[in-house]
Amino acid sequence: MTQQESRTAYWQANLRLLTILLSIWFIVSFGFGILLSQPLNNFSIGGYPLGFWFAQQGSIYTFIALIFIYAWRMNVLDRKFDVHED
Amino acid sequence: MDLKTLSLLVVGATFVIYIAIAIWAKASSTSEFYVAGKGIPPVLNGMATAADWMSAASFISMAGLIAFLGFTGGAYLMGWTGGYVLMALLLAPYLRKFGKFTVPEFIGDRFYSTTARIVAVISLLVISITYVIGQMRGVGIAFSNILEVKLEVGLLTGMAVVFIYAVFGGMKGITYTQIAQYVIMIFAYTVPAVFISIQLTGVAFPQIGLGSTLAGTDTHLLQALDQTLMDLGFAAYTSVTGMTMTNMFLLTLALMIGTAGLPHVIIRFFTVPRVRDARKSAGWALVFIGILYTTAPAVGAMAMYNFINTVQPGEIGSPQGNVVIDERPDWMLRWERTGLLQFEDKNDDGRLQYYNDGNPEFAEMAREEYGWEGSEFNRIDRDIMVLANPQIAGLPNWVIALVAAGGIAAALSTAAGLLLAIASAISHDLLKGIFAPKISEKKELMAGRIAMGGAILLAGYLGLNPPGFAAQVVALAFGLAAASLFPALMMGIFMKKMNREGAIAGMLVGLGSTLLYIFLFKGWFFFPGTNVFPDTAEYWLFGINPTGFGVIGAILNFIVAFLVMQVTKAPPEHIQHLVEEVRVPRVGTNP
Repeated sequence: MTQQESRTAYWQANLRLLTILLSIWFIVSFGFGILLSQPLNNFSIGGYPLGFWFAQQGSIYTFIALIFIYAWRMNVLDRKFDVHED
Repeated sequence: MDLKTLSLLVVGATFVIYIAIAIWAKASSTSEFYVAGKGIPPVLNGMATAADWMSAASFISMAGLIAFLGFTGGAYLMGWTGGYVLMALLLAPYLRKFGKFTVPEFIGDRFYSTTARIVAVISLLVISITYVIGQMRGVGIAFSNILEVKLEVGLLTGMAVVFIYAVFGGMKGITYTQIAQYVIMIFAYTVPAVFISIQLTGVAFPQIGLGSTLAGTDTHLLQALDQTLMDLGFAAYTSVTGMTMTNMFLLTLALMIGTAGLPHVIIRFFTVPRVRDARKSAGWALVFIGILYTTAPAVGAMAMYNFINTVQPGEIGSPQGNVVIDERPDWMLRWERTGLLQFEDKNDDGRLQYYNDGNPEFAEMAREEYGWEGSEFNRIDRDIMVLANPQIAGLPNWVIALVAAGGIAAALSTAAGLLLAIASAISHDLLKGIFAPKISEKKELMAGRIAMGGAILLAGYLGLNPPGFAAQVVALAFGLAAASLFPALMMGIFMKKMNREGAIAGMLVGLGSTLLYIFLFKGWFFFPGTNVFPDTAEYWLFGINPTGFGVIGAILNFIVAFLVMQVTKAPPEHIQHLVEEVRVPRVGTNP
């Protein structure tokens, strides 16, 4: 693989990861927390109506997890494509 | 000791801590004068970022808004946290790699244009000043609370303190002060929440307590709240009320994109040692922010529950069901003095009624059956709810004093950061960078201080006559950031071919359209009484609330930039090369 190809591959892998994580970001907050919140309120989690829980609790926990998953996966990618620091 | 003395003591003690830390940090790190955060581990840097970020809007105002909005208040919760995902994934690592120090500098270099830099500076100023207005109001409310004076006097006191704090405490390694402020802030926020959660549900964690049953019964807190609100003619707490689903969607998105485009937060990620620290730092910041943000919904709901049960301790509609005015609790007396809580005994029964008299059916029924002549609270300022919350719940005085200190810490840490951003944009980016490159260091600093003073005066004046509650004013600032800076930054990284003309046109259209829309409803430059249309849903374009319009501005920004890019010259080779460099943490050696 030339350096150019390697870079392109790294960038493509990065974009794939972004697409997956941002889809989850969107589905959990805008999907479960807003658009689907009313039907989801028929279910409950820990005493909360489910849609309400996503809007005021669950989406925040998900966001935190997403950033750490991103940092972890990117570090793996950096090493795989030999562009890591140090 | 009375509450006033105690509050002054606690607030005074926290000030001593901040000043001591500022002096200590300054003495030990003169070499790192301008690079705050460098060499500080990501966890602590995340904590400082959280303090910098969480302002009076988060601390004082947000839970109060949620209390009165219910479910749709989630827009503020998701919006102000979800933006960190965008920042961590789309901006932070790349801007760190680029290695510049201010946002206008990045935009000026990436789009090889001084004009682009000036447009970015203007955007930064508009965003930061709007943001400071929200802070000044928060500071004013916190001071009027502990000094027991009118909001106007509290605000003037706050302006003076912010000025001294920003001028003397600023420019130094304020990171450690912010860590202390974070600790005080989070302690002040969670302690009363834990107390109240135990009182109401017997569960110590407010995050769990909000979903639990009321102590000693089988009824869930949220169900009880829903029921009580509906019995008083309001919509249920967990239903879509207060704003439409569309506006909730737009506001959430505007706050998210705006968060990612806020200059004083982005700067935080320029100064971490490595690209991978930038990724992780955003995560830690969100962990620390999340502690407050997952507590806030419980604070809001429980404050509402306690408030209603204070006003309506007995059966609804029964002549003895409401609180007797002469026996009203002390916290009401306190807040009446600030002018932020006002009532009037409309039906002369010597008792207070709080219900939804905007609901014609219910108001009619209440008049005939209960003899109620209208809801008797003429004013319950949303921004007092968090500060009044421990008083409503009858918590000990030291907790009330602690909350006041926490609110001031939140407002001060953010206001100082913003004022520094304003000062540096004027003195460094505009004067030194563009108009007067030969200016002496002394004059540059002087210009910065004058800019800071001017910003405080303007923000203070507008804080007295604000276009909304603290959190709403701040939401406008986010809309402006969403419409102007975020698209330019993102396209600068993700679209190699984005050129100078596209970026400038996009920023101008995004900022201009959002600002115009806000001014039409909130008054020109926020001056009260100068609005063209009343700020109500029937006048809004397609029913879009000005606080959520930033999303439309951002979309216009992207579209205009893309169209202009198609018909103008591609960026020079070296800029395209630069973008490729920014995308990798280190240039690889892989053959």
